[in-house]
Amino acid sequence: MDLGNRFGDDGIQWGAILKDAGLAALVALVLALLLFGVRLSDGGGGGLEFRPWWVVIAVAAVFAGRAAVALWIGTRKPASGTALPWFDRAVARLSEHKRLLFAAFFLAVAILPLLPVADRRMVDLATLVMIYVMLGWGLNIVVGLAGLLDLGYVAFYAVGAYSYTLLAIHFDLSFWVCLPLAGAIAALFGVLLGFPVLRLRGDYLAIVTLGFGEMTRIIIINWSSLTGGSEGITGIAVPTLFGLRFTPSPAAGETAFHQFFGIPFGGIHKLIFLFYIILILALLTHLFSERMRKLPMGRAWEALREDEIASRALGLNPVLVKLSAFGLGAMFAGFAGSFFATRQGFINPSSFTFIESAIILAIVVLGGMGSQVGVICAAIVLILLPELARDFAEFRMLLFGGAMVAIMVWRPRGLLAHRVPSVRLGQAPPGALRGGLP
Amino acid sequence: MSALASPDAAVPAMLEVAHLSMHFEGITAIDDVSFSARRGEITGIIGPNGAGKTTVFNCITGFYRPSVGRIALDHEGGRFLLERMEGFRIARDAGVARTFQNIRLFPRMTVLENLLVAQHVKLMRASVFSIAGLLGLPRFREAEAAAIEVARGWLDRLGLVKAADREAGTLAHGQQRKIEIARAMCSEPKLLCLDEPAAGLNPRETAELNRLLLDIREDYGVGILLIEHDMAVVMGISDRVVVLNYGAKISDGTPEEVRNDPAVIRAYLGEEGDPPETNSRGPSPGRGRP
Ligand SMILES: Nc1ncnc2c1ncn2[C@@H]1O[C@H](COP(=O)(O)OP(=O)(O)OP(=O)(O)O)[C@@H](O)[C@H]1O
Ligand SMILES: [Mg+2]
Repeated sequence: MDLGNRFGDDGIQWGAILKDAGLAALVALVLALLLFGVRLSDGGGGGLEFRPWWVVIAVAAVFAGRAAVALWIGTRKPASGTALPWFDRAVARLSEHKRLLFAAFFLAVAILPLLPVADRRMVDLATLVMIYVMLGWGLNIVVGLAGLLDLGYVAFYAVGAYSYTLLAIHFDLSFWVCLPLAGAIAALFGVLLGFPVLRLRGDYLAIVTLGFGEMTRIIIINWSSLTGGSEGITGIAVPTLFGLRFTPSPAAGETAFHQFFGIPFGGIHKLIFLFYIILILALLTHLFSERMRKLPMGRAWEALREDEIASRALGLNPVLVKLSAFGLGAMFAGFAGSFFATRQGFINPSSFTFIESAIILAIVVLGGMGSQVGVICAAIVLILLPELARDFAEFRMLLFGGAMVAIMVWRPRGLLAHRVPSVRLGQAPPGALRGGLP
Repeated sequence: MSALASPDAAVPAMLEVAHLSMHFEGITAIDDVSFSARRGEITGIIGPNGAGKTTVFNCITGFYRPSVGRIALDHEGGRFLLERMEGFRIARDAGVARTFQNIRLFPRMTVLENLLVAQHVKLMRASVFSIAGLLGLPRFREAEAAAIEVARGWLDRLGLVKAADREAGTLAHGQQRKIEIARAMCSEPKLLCLDEPAAGLNPRETAELNRLLLDIREDYGVGILLIEHDMAVVMGISDRVVVLNYGAKISDGTPEEVRNDPAVIRAYLGEEGDPPETNSRGPSPGRGRP
């Protein structure tokens, strides 16, 4: 890079940088004076102790930091879009073999619980991560593809979990019957909630969906005759494998899983079974959204995300397009919620707080909006790492925040922002028919 | 110029705009404008900055609801009163497509995907609300292959087949303008509304654009409404020209008539001066709104 260009006519604007840093320092001064400038002295009497050095250090640090950031940003070529271009190139090359990678991933994960090293904790953790991967993929339809910022996704997760539980307990239906019903109820709920709010855009939509999410939880708490209030509901049965129950002591005349296969009873069998269920559900979510992306409906979602005005000018009905994304996204949350309920054996409203929505959204945004692989990576980072590093539980939020800031600085479009086209002209020779299930 | 150009031809008007007015708080953007446009003709709409040209488009395409007036579109698909219809229905049912003054492609989707989104309505029907699509039924796959062929045909015509799989936002400005027109045409419109398609094009690209618009008129028989600042474009290819100034229509006729209309000369150049023809690079395109 030639220096003339860098420091020439539109080179570093020292004035602006100093002014910017000065402003930041001023804010820091006010905050620092209040936060650590004065302190009640320990020596009784309630006197105030003044600590000028703390303030000076804080202000100087903010000034220098702000100036450094401004300098650094100012000297970067703005045209390059995202930082780390080599990473982008690598991702682009890898995503040419996306299907292969996904097949390998699902296979590897499927073998995981059968390995001798797999213990209960490991399978359980893998299940937890898969739940979030599935939720991330579901929310990806809404946020990543359709571009609707939904901060209340957990509401549909809750609706799914409660619908499942109530159906299973009151009507004594099996898991495989309740699951689609709960998904349908959640989807219906998504459409109903979506209808009034979809006129809103961006931040407004985010706030309103956040409100709906909290409302759902509060209604669940207060409608105790149906939902058991904050106590929740217990005694949700574990699904059976074609009627084989996972229990050490089956009722008379009943064959349990371990008896049928003639193996000793192991608590891990149930966990592995649950793990495979969520794996299949997640796989379905993945296949569905990948397939949808290649269909007119999915392209309409992306078109709407890119430019709503242009979409309307092409005859796309924005309400229908948005509701379909909202409803289908909610459906997968409903499936995940059903699974969550059956895995836990009990549910209560504290599992469906705003922080869950935030985590799922963070998984989608950090992973790279619309990126299926990105969701896997982000779910592993945000769910697995904190669980493994339990000793540092207090730092969990710090880690969270740190990851967010790092991503926003280096990769504002998310970790894996590469978008694979849904169709290529090169792959479609004249007259050839394309398509088929992935 | 096409044989249909003469205003007294027996062909009835396809688009009939009558007494159209549009007020924004305090501002009268359009004031009692009436004009008509025929199929197979290019109707130019010219006027200085802020004359209300884009606002007329926004009323026709349903982005604004006019304060007063009627906009009727008549073709073999039926008769539509556009001032009462929602924007997406005007595009979907009445067959009106448009481009925007500041290009509005889907920047992160590829060029091919842009052209496929424009064929959404028929593809959606073929995919039976995605069910046939999800199952990969031949009915849908054939429709999609056909849609890709339509897109390929347009890219061929524009000489942009190579750019098919590139993100639309990465193309050069002139190419984006062309793609936006192709995208509008992919929706098989009866009326094509182009808002300053030549803005930002160099002379060679402008000449190509003229050719393209004349070809579209010949090959597809659509009616074209053309907002343009570049007099060389409007006067060169329009069959009729409507002139707006401060929201009101001040002239309407063949390019020849309009060029010699004293009211037009006054509006463009003050009391005395050359006809607008010599002012071939008009005021710079505006910004902002659709
Ligand atoms: N949404 C709006 N709200 C308020 N005023 C508007 C709105 N849209 C247009 N106007 C006003 O209407 C007038 C006509 O604007 P319009 O964009 O139609 O002009 P134009 O002829 O397309 O000009 P240009 O050549 O700059 O594109 C302007 O004074 C503009 O400020
Ligand atoms: Mg305009």
